[in-house]
Amino acid sequence: MQMNTILSVKNLSFSYGAAEVLRDVSFDVFKGDYIGLAGPNGAGKTTLIKTILGLTDKYTGAAELFGRDMRSFDSWYRIGYLPQRVNAFNPLFPATVKEVVGLGLLSRKSFPRRFTAADEEKIRRTLELMDISDLGDKLVGELSGGQQQRVFLARALVPDPELLILDEPSTALDPVSREGFYDIIKELNVEKGITSILITHDTAQIGRYANKLLYLDKKVIFYGRFGDFCHSQEMTDYFGSFSQHLICHQH
Amino acid sequence: MPQFLDYGFIQRAYLAGSFIAALCAMLGLFLVLRKLSLIGDGLSHVSFGAIALGLFFGFYPFYVAIPVVLIASWFILKLTEKAKMYGDAAIGVVSSIGIAGGVILAGLSKGFNVDLFSYLFGNILSISGREVYLSIGLSLAVLLVIVFFYNDLFSATFDQEYAKLTGVKTGRIDLLLTSLTAVTVVLAIKVAGVMLVSALLILPAVTALQLAKGFKAAMFMSVLAAVLSVLTGITASFFLDLPAGAAIVMCNAALFAAALVFKKLTS
Repeated sequence: MQMNTILSVKNLSFSYGAAEVLRDVSFDVFKGDYIGLAGPNGAGKTTLIKTILGLTDKYTGAAELFGRDMRSFDSWYRIGYLPQRVNAFNPLFPATVKEVVGLGLLSRKSFPRRFTAADEEKIRRTLELMDISDLGDKLVGELSGGQQQRVFLARALVPDPELLILDEPSTALDPVSREGFYDIIKELNVEKGITSILITHDTAQIGRYANKLLYLDKKVIFYGRFGDFCHSQEMTDYFGSFSQHLICHQH
Repeated sequence: MPQFLDYGFIQRAYLAGSFIAALCAMLGLFLVLRKLSLIGDGLSHVSFGAIALGLFFGFYPFYVAIPVVLIASWFILKLTEKAKMYGDAAIGVVSSIGIAGGVILAGLSKGFNVDLFSYLFGNILSISGREVYLSIGLSLAVLLVIVFFYNDLFSATFDQEYAKLTGVKTGRIDLLLTSLTAVTVVLAIKVAGVMLVSALLILPAVTALQLAKGFKAAMFMSVLAAVLSVLTGITASFFLDLPAGAAIVMCNAALFAAALVFKKLTS
C-alpha cells in the first residue's frame, strides 16, 4: 500500500440472504482524489459505503482505512459522512442547526463527550464556511432542502475530516442548488485537500467535478479517470457506444 | 403560606411528585422522538404483574417491581433485535404477559386484591416517608445518568446511524434508555397508577414539542410542564377531592391543549 493511500478495498463481497449486492469489489483511493461513485439503482453503491464505514456486517473481503483494517478502525473523526438526506432525520425533531452540527464533533470526544468553548468556536467557523451562520439557532426541520444539505455537510466537516463521503447529496435539490453544492465539494477538494467520494446517479454530471469515476453494478465495471471512461471498451460493452458517447458529450 | 402546605402528606406529594415528573418528562422526550411512546404503557402493565408478585409473596411491591420491570425492558429490546419483531409488537407481547400474570396471581391470592387494585390508579397523596426517599434517591440517580450521557442520548435519538459513526455505542444507549424507563415507570406508578403512567411520559414531551425551538429548550419545557402539572394536579386533588393521578394527567392534557392553541395562534 502506498503512503498516500486513504482507502484500500480488497475483494469485498456482500449479500442480503441469497441476493448478491457486491461481488469481489477492489479499488484504492489516494489522498486528494475526488471520486464519483456511480451506477444504476441497486448497484450496491450505498451498501459499499456502509460496509466501509462499519455500518454493515456479514461481508467477506477486507478494507483498510488510513492503513488500518476497517474492523479495528476507530478514528472516525478522520471521515466526514453525509448520508442520504431522506434517511437522515425526522423533520419534526426539535434540533437547532448548531445542535445538529455539534453532533459531528462527538467523534473527537471521549466520554462523557462534553462540548467546550473551543468546540462552540469550531461550530461557528464551520457554519461560516458553509455560509449558514445566520441559521445557527433555527430548527433544521424548518429549513429548505438546500439549506438542510449545507447543515448536514457542516456536521460532516466540523471534525476536520481527511476523507469526505457523500451519499447522493443532490437528490432533493433543484438544479441551481445542485450546481452550488457540487461547487462546494470541489472547492473543499481543491483548496482544503479533502479526499472525496460522492455517490451519484448522474454519471455525466459528476464527470465535470470528480477526477475519477468508479462505476459499480454489483462489481466494479470501471475505475479510472473520467477521460479514460469515454474510451473504455468495458464501458462501451456495458452501456453501448451510443449511451457512452452521450454521457461523455454531456460531460 | 397557605395552611394546606403544612400537611406532611402534601409536602411529600409535591416533593416526590415533582422529582418523578421531571424524570418522566426528560425520558419521555427521548421516547416520543424515537417513536417508543408506548413502552411506558407496556412496562406499567408489567409492573402490575410484578406488584402482584410482591404482594403474593409478602414482599414490599416496589422492591420486586424494579428488577422484574428492568428484566422486562431488556426482554422487549431482545425481542426487537433477535426475533426481528417491530417494537410495538414486542411491547404488546411483554405487556400482555405482565397483565395476565397479575390477574392470575390476584385470582390465586387470598385477600390482597384491594391493595393490588389501588396501584391501578396510584395515589401520590398516600406516599410514605420511605417512598419519598426512595423516589428522590432513584430520581437523582437517573437524572445524573441522563446528564452524563446527554450527548450520546441526543445523538442516538437524532440519527442512530450517524451516532454509530461518531463512536456512540448505540446498542448500549438503547439498553440504558429502556433501563432508565423501567425504573422511572415503577416510580411513577405511585403518582399516576398503572393505567395512567404513560401519560406522564408522553404528555409533557408532546407539549414541549409544540413550542420548543431546540432540543435543550424542548427538554426544559417538558420538565416545566410536568412539574407544573404535578403541583397543580395535587392542589386540585386536595381542594376538589379528586383522584390525584387523574388530576395530574388532566393538568398535563390542559397544558398540551394550551400549547396547541398557542402554536396555532402564533404560526
